Amino acid sequence: MAKVTRKQTAANRTLPKSLTGIQGLDEVTGGGFPRGRPTLICGGAGAGKTLLAMEFLVRGATDFKEPGVFVAFEETAAELAQNVRSLGFDLDQLAAQKKLIVDFVRVEPGEIDETGDYDLEGLFIRIGAAIDSVRAKRVVLDTIENLFSGLQNQGILRAELRRLFRWLKDKGVTAVITAERGDGTLTRQGMEEYVSDCVILLDHRITDQVSTRRLRVVKYRGTAHGTNEYPFLIDEDGFSVLPVTSLGLQHKVTNERISSGVPRLDTMLGGEGFYRGSTVLISGTAGTGKTSLAAHVVDAAGRRGERSLYFSFEESPAQLIRNMRSIGLNLDTWTRKNLLQFHSSRASFYGLEMHLAIIHKVVRDFKPHVVVLDPVGSLIQAGNQRDAHTMLIRLMDFLKSRQITAFLTNLTSGGAALERTDVDISSLVDTWLLVRDIELNGERNRAMYVLKSRGMHHSNQLREFLLTKRGVDLLDVYVGPEGVLTGSSRLSQEGREKATAVQRQNEAERKERELTRKREALEARIAALRKEFESEEEEAETVIGQESTQEKLIAANREAMTRSRQADVDSVPAASKKTRRSQSEKVGQS
Amino acid sequence: MKKSAKVSKKPLSLKEIADKEGPGTSDKWDLRLYVAGQSPRSLTAFANLKKICEEHLQGRYNIEVVDLVKHPQLAAGDQILAIPTLVRKLPQPLRKIVGDLRDTEKALVGLQLRPTDSEK
Repeated sequence: MAKVTRKQTAANRTLPKSLTGIQGLDEVTGGGFPRGRPTLICGGAGAGKTLLAMEFLVRGATDFKEPGVFVAFEETAAELAQNVRSLGFDLDQLAAQKKLIVDFVRVEPGEIDETGDYDLEGLFIRIGAAIDSVRAKRVVLDTIENLFSGLQNQGILRAELRRLFRWLKDKGVTAVITAERGDGTLTRQGMEEYVSDCVILLDHRITDQVSTRRLRVVKYRGTAHGTNEYPFLIDEDGFSVLPVTSLGLQHKVTNERISSGVPRLDTMLGGEGFYRGSTVLISGTAGTGKTSLAAHVVDAAGRRGERSLYFSFEESPAQLIRNMRSIGLNLDTWTRKNLLQFHSSRASFYGLEMHLAIIHKVVRDFKPHVVVLDPVGSLIQAGNQRDAHTMLIRLMDFLKSRQITAFLTNLTSGGAALERTDVDISSLVDTWLLVRDIELNGERNRAMYVLKSRGMHHSNQLREFLLTKRGVDLLDVYVGPEGVLTGSSRLSQEGREKATAVQRQNEAERKERELTRKREALEARIAALRKEFESEEEEAETVIGQESTQEKLIAANREAMTRSRQADVDSVPAASKKTRRSQSEKVGQS
Repeated sequence: MKKSAKVSKKPLSLKEIADKEGPGTSDKWDLRLYVAGQSPRSLTAFANLKKICEEHLQGRYNIEVVDLVKHPQLAAGDQILAIPTLVRKLPQPLRKIVGDLRDTEKALVGLQLRPTDSEK
């Protein structure tokens, strides 16, 4: 129960709003114009007031089932219908369907004389009748200030305008009132006095010969709203306001990786390539292959079946496709499958905000996975460096919030430090690849390295960057006592190294063979010695055999002798010493 | 929402005469007074108009009173914004006078029954 009450009060607190259906404007206003109340749109001539008001009605009639009445004080219904036909609005058809009617109120200055009191009941009745005829929920008064040129009695007019807005509120219609901008005031006739709920200012400014349309919510009573100036665009689809600069830094992130299209580069980036939704910058001096690398990224996206958008500020699509064919990339394949769209326009053709608005619009329409901006540095031509920087931050935010991988190329102008970009975006990018040239021994070669890559292990090695007929190739550079070698010096150094290696191998084999030979010789000698020893051993054994035979013979002889001398047989074993002594005695005796 | 009194309706025939005779040559005056309901201002305007006509155009005028509350669609035809509005359909050119015609002099100038200073 308590919950419900709280919810209701919360609902009461927020102002009911009518969605405008205009791209971006609903974000800026936090849900549209105040429902049932008048909104003032002011701006100078040609700022787009009528168009904005008309789109509000048309979108209401077509998208939100809220019929509308357009009370025109300036243009006839036929003129209006013709003017907005270019935006794809068919007023005649909407009128036939009773969804939108245009009522032209002619106010001719000087045609009307005034005598005495009057009121604007006639206008009230006309508007009321128009509202009733289509059951309108939305009303546009464009431009009601024209009344001031037709009627002289300002006192009556002001009182009646106040009554008119009150009356519109009572009728519950969401009204849009347009007014011309005055000198130093929002409107010439001080309309903001009467319409105080929501005031929107349109502006058309020219800086450095480049015009930009901007919109600002000056005031929106009772609700939070964006307070910045938002650039807007009027094109064949009507109005589109650039949504809020999301400085929230609350993008969702993903661990998904996508290939750069160059296998070796993927290896350098932790083996898997870029993070999806990250911002990749490739910078380098002229002719280092930035565009070629960008083309690889696009090609890889095409192979994955993903859509890419290529914004080129220097080359035409046809030229890009032709040039990329020379390195074996057929981007045509993807354009035909509608996986790749090119948008080529000179950077100086529009203002920065216009570029941003166009990019926003195209991205919203095409829903790409990969966006390439080639090169971002040229956007400076469309504004100044600071503006280009801000614009790019907003663009990168926008792309990130949509998890679109952004691939930016940046030309490092000659003489400038390599590790900086003209638009100062280096600190904002997630992965920064640097392509540079190395001049050595009369030739110029490309080398690439990963300057930074947030959130992944990446190689710290310099790679030689080759543009071959089969695309970009990355090779190890030779780093040795002679320094970093690339190109033909690397080739010759590799040749030299190969020769040395062969030589070393031959040497090793030779040594091994020698060793084998030595071992064999040694073993042969050992065998010979053994043979010699064996023969000696045999001889010695023979001698020993003979010796023992002789001994036996001698012993046998001695016994025989003893026996022949008739010695005491029994005493012989008991007293052998005696026997021997006695023998010697006997020998001596004998 | 009662309809305003005393309405005679013959605008078409008079218009035809006007077309035949050309602009400004007709001495028939065809006037149309737009009102919204029977507001005091509308009644004042009608009374003032009647008085002016009787004084200056006796027998040559025809007043049609259009109540926009009853016929709101008629407001667009003569581009009526203010109430009351007097439209001089004939003689041509078309003239519009808004207000309750309180200022007779101004009304006469507006109806071109009396030349303005600039027209002298």
